[in-house]
Order: sequence, then structure tokens, then C-alpha cells
Amino acid sequence: MHNKTIKELADGLRSSEFSSVELTQYFLTRIQQHQHLNAYITVTEDLALQAAQVADERIASGNATLLTGIPIAQKDIFCTLGVKTSCGSKMLDNFIAPYNATVVEKLNHAGAVMLGKLNMDEFAMGSSNENSYYGVAKNPWNTTAVPGGSSGGSAVAVAAGLAVCATGTDTGGSIRQPAAFCGITGLKPTYGRVSRYGMIAYASSLDQGGPMTRSAEDAAIMLQAMAGFDEKDSTSVDHPVPDYSQGLNSSLVGLKIGLPTEFFGEGLSRNIATALDIAIKEYQCLGAEIINISMPTLTLAIPTYYVIASAECSSNLSRFDGVRFGYRCENPVDLADLYTRSRGEGFGREVKRRILMGTYALSAGYYDAYYLKAQKIRRLISDDFKNALSQVDVIMSPVTPTNAFGLGEKTADPVQMYLEDLYTIAINLAGLPAISIPAGLSADGEGSTPMPVGLQIIGNYFAEAKLLNIAHCYQQVTDWHRHMPNGFE
Amino acid sequence: MLLTTEDVKKMAYLARLGIETNDLDSYTKDLSGMLDLMTRMNELDTEGVQPMAHPLDQTQRLRVDVVTEVNQREHFQVIAPQVEEGLYLVPKVIE
Repeated sequence: MHNKTIKELADGLRSSEFSSVELTQYFLTRIQQHQHLNAYITVTEDLALQAAQVADERIASGNATLLTGIPIAQKDIFCTLGVKTSCGSKMLDNFIAPYNATVVEKLNHAGAVMLGKLNMDEFAMGSSNENSYYGVAKNPWNTTAVPGGSSGGSAVAVAAGLAVCATGTDTGGSIRQPAAFCGITGLKPTYGRVSRYGMIAYASSLDQGGPMTRSAEDAAIMLQAMAGFDEKDSTSVDHPVPDYSQGLNSSLVGLKIGLPTEFFGEGLSRNIATALDIAIKEYQCLGAEIINISMPTLTLAIPTYYVIASAECSSNLSRFDGVRFGYRCENPVDLADLYTRSRGEGFGREVKRRILMGTYALSAGYYDAYYLKAQKIRRLISDDFKNALSQVDVIMSPVTPTNAFGLGEKTADPVQMYLEDLYTIAINLAGLPAISIPAGLSADGEGSTPMPVGLQIIGNYFAEAKLLNIAHCYQQVTDWHRHMPNGFE
Repeated sequence: MLLTTEDVKKMAYLARLGIETNDLDSYTKDLSGMLDLMTRMNELDTEGVQPMAHPLDQTQRLRVDVVTEVNQREHFQVIAPQVEEGLYLVPKVIE
């Protein structure tokens, strides 16, 4: 049952093959059995079983949605009423959220059953899940490799069958990169498509929540429940939500796919390049036309992102001061000591680095040289995408430069870790939607374990339905998304 | 290195962020590396480019000035480190 999609399980629930309570119990047992993967920070067993019972009644009464009774899990960045919401940090280890995030509210409303809260890099800062206060989540394909980050727990849970699907958030690649490393489908919607209310803020002009699933078809179902205008989020965009499942099978004949030369050159490992080459040929077989394009400013996306994200994080994280909620240091001697020590002891090293860097970039005398400069380059990067997307329908690229790297391999030098985000970061700067889908299993050397390879498809603003259609058509002619890691089949 | 430990101390002070004295050197090294990465932005001439703050160039939405929330003081103070009679407690500020 754990390798089935939302659609398949929804059919089973409707035909009374199994109940939601049975399905939920089955997943709770699996979570218990695979605790060593460290995918979950909190398992909400009692709440899940209660929700499953309610779901069973709803299915019986005939007003269920496709998500009713489906066991899902939430990234621990989304506030969940009455349930610990840690954001992967010691700072919020004692934080019981007093309200639900809009995304949580919407998924609850659809009848989804929440199994628990998933591991992540602290405050979503990281590309390996190694920055979690709760320890790293393990990649089920190879437990000595990272699962990616920051939504590492989400990717592990879906890949290992410890949840049918999960929420993630993506500020610079945090949905797509772990999805690629763990062999699942992950969609980062257009900025403003999914409400950020109750989603703990890292970099507000870049953060976006989205679905992490077993297939594009499931991502369509999940996004349908998550998307939409929300008055409670001042950056939410009031744009109609289409039926994401309706056009999944539309023909790809005549589809123009752009391949940016900047994304296929130096830095991309050979095994990934080879796998993507085969995937792109598959698209040609489906009738798509390949066009080489150039986007020269992409090479500056990493420095630009780290200025903007650090600046925004230094501002957002100033709310964690040990006064109203979260961690407070022992015996503060005065107010300054309370702030300084609560923050110093409550935050981990990477979070502190980014707060310091952001403080520097925003401080008097440096604002123009860093923050303003970065905002200007952001405009040029966005223009590059606009120009490219006026010539082609979508852009395809790698998600990651290499296979999932080893635990501890890149922790010594933060800049090495940042370079991992090369192919995903520019999309957040432009605010565009992009999806990562499994496009092969490939070993990066003799004797090494074959690991999942991700293909990224980038579309125009609000073109999520198009991306899902393009991903779904590929998943109809290939079965990479159906592969499960050894021991988890 | 692009930064000195004095720079890092200043940033830590501005951010009210406690950094152990033993860690100052390693933070200085890490942050210098990050800053070095960021200075690569200077490769590009951005004269006359309009800075971009929002991906869809949206402006702040306004709402009608009416009360939409009820007071939930007790509910929110349950998770506070220290409260007394509905007030958040912090160390004495004025002697």
C-alpha cells in the first residue's frame, strides 16, 4: 500500500477495500519500523487515527475529496494547532503552535490525515538536512548519502513510503533538490500561488510551499488543495486556480523546450548529463522540439540569492528574542543578555552565519553595495527568464550538479554547500514555478550505488498545470517515478 | 580575509546574537568566504537597472480598516517563557 499513489488509494478507500483507519495504522507502523531514517520530528498518532475515523465517515457519506482519508505529513515549518512546530530548531523545540497555517487548514479541510511533522534543515537553511537540530534524515537509497534539503524529511518520507505525500517549502531549491536526491516528484509553485500564512518565514520574497509526491498526477491533486488566494498572506496573489488534473494528458506535440547552455556545461557531472540527455530524447519522441537558449545572468544567481536570502532572514528571525515564545536562556542578567544569549544558544551555526551575513549586507554603508546590487541583478535574471520564455514554452535543466553527496562531505565550507543550489536558485529569484521529476537512476562511478536523477522543468508564471501535464506525459512512458529504494519496495 | 573578527563582533552586536569568543575566528573565516562569493556580483554592470523587490512586482495590498481578530491573549501566552497577570516578563529594564 505504501507504494501506491493518492489516486490509487482514494479508489481503494471508495470501494471499501480498506478503511482510512487501516491505511493510517499501516503507515504509522511503517514509520515506527523505519525510525532510523529520522524522517519525522513528531508523529501525531492519536490525532491521525481520530482524523482517519472522521475521514471514513465522510467517505461513507459520499462527500469526500480525493485527499479524504489519505495519510500525509507536514514539513515542520508549517504551524499546526496544538502540535509542536520546531522548524528544525532548538529555538522552537518547545513551541506548540497556537494556530494552523493556511496550507494545513486547507489540507485538513480536504480530509487528509496528518501523520506527523517532518525533519528539515533549521529554519529551512540548508541543502542537505544536516543543519537540523534533530539530526539528519537519511536518504533511503543510500543511508550514507544526504537526502537533500531543506525539505529532507519530506523527501525521505515519500521516497521510503512513510507518507503518501508531503508538504515542502522552497526558497532556493528546498523542494526540488531533495525530491531529485530521493527520486520523487516535487513542485515549487509560482511565488504567491500557495499561502505563506503560518509557514515560518525564512526569506519572504522567495519562500513558497508546494507538494512532494510519488507522481505528477498526485502533485496536481495536492496542489489543487493547497493553492489559492489568502487574505491572511499579504503576498498571496489573487489569480484563479485552474483544475490541475484536467489537462494532464494533453499532447506535447509542438511543445518548445529550451535548454540553457549555462546549465549544461562545466560543473554538471557526466552521469547526470547522460541521464538527462535520454530524458530529453524521450520528450522529442513525444513530439517536443528542442531549442538551445542562453541566459547569461544565471551564473550570478548564487551570490545574488545569498545576499537577498540572508538579508531577509536577518530581518525575519529578529522575532525570535526569547520574550513571547520559543527558547529563553537560563537566568538572564538583563534584557540585552536575554536577547543575546537566547538567540546565541537557540540558533544553530548556519542560521547564525546567515543572520550575521544579512546584518552585514543591510548595515549602514553596505546596503547599496550588496542588497541593492542584488535586487538589481535579480531584475536582470528575471528579464533573462522572461526573454527565454517568450521563445520557448518551458525550460528544462538539471536539478542538481551531482548525485546525492555523502553525509559530512560538504559541511566544512558553507560556500561549497551553497554551490549545490546552482540550478534551482534562479527560479526563486524570478518567482517562477518549476517541477523536479525522477528521470533515471545513475551511479557516478564504478561500484557506487545507483541514485535517483532529477529533471527540472521551469514554466511561466502560473503555468503549474502545463508543468504537471509535461511531467505526467513523461511518467506515462517511463517508470522512474515508480522505483522504490531497496528494502522499501 | 575580507572581514576581521571586529567586523563579526559588530554584526553579532547589531543582531543581538551571542557568539562564543572561541568561535569568532571560524565565523570570520566562513563569513569572509561568503562575502567573497557575494562580491562576484560586481562582474555585472547594473547602472540604471530598477531594483526588484517582488517577483510579480506587486504592491502592498490594503484592506478595510475593521477589526477581524478577537483577543486571544491567554491562548497566546500559554507558550510564553514567563508571564504574570497577562504581561510578558523580562529582566528589569529601568533601575
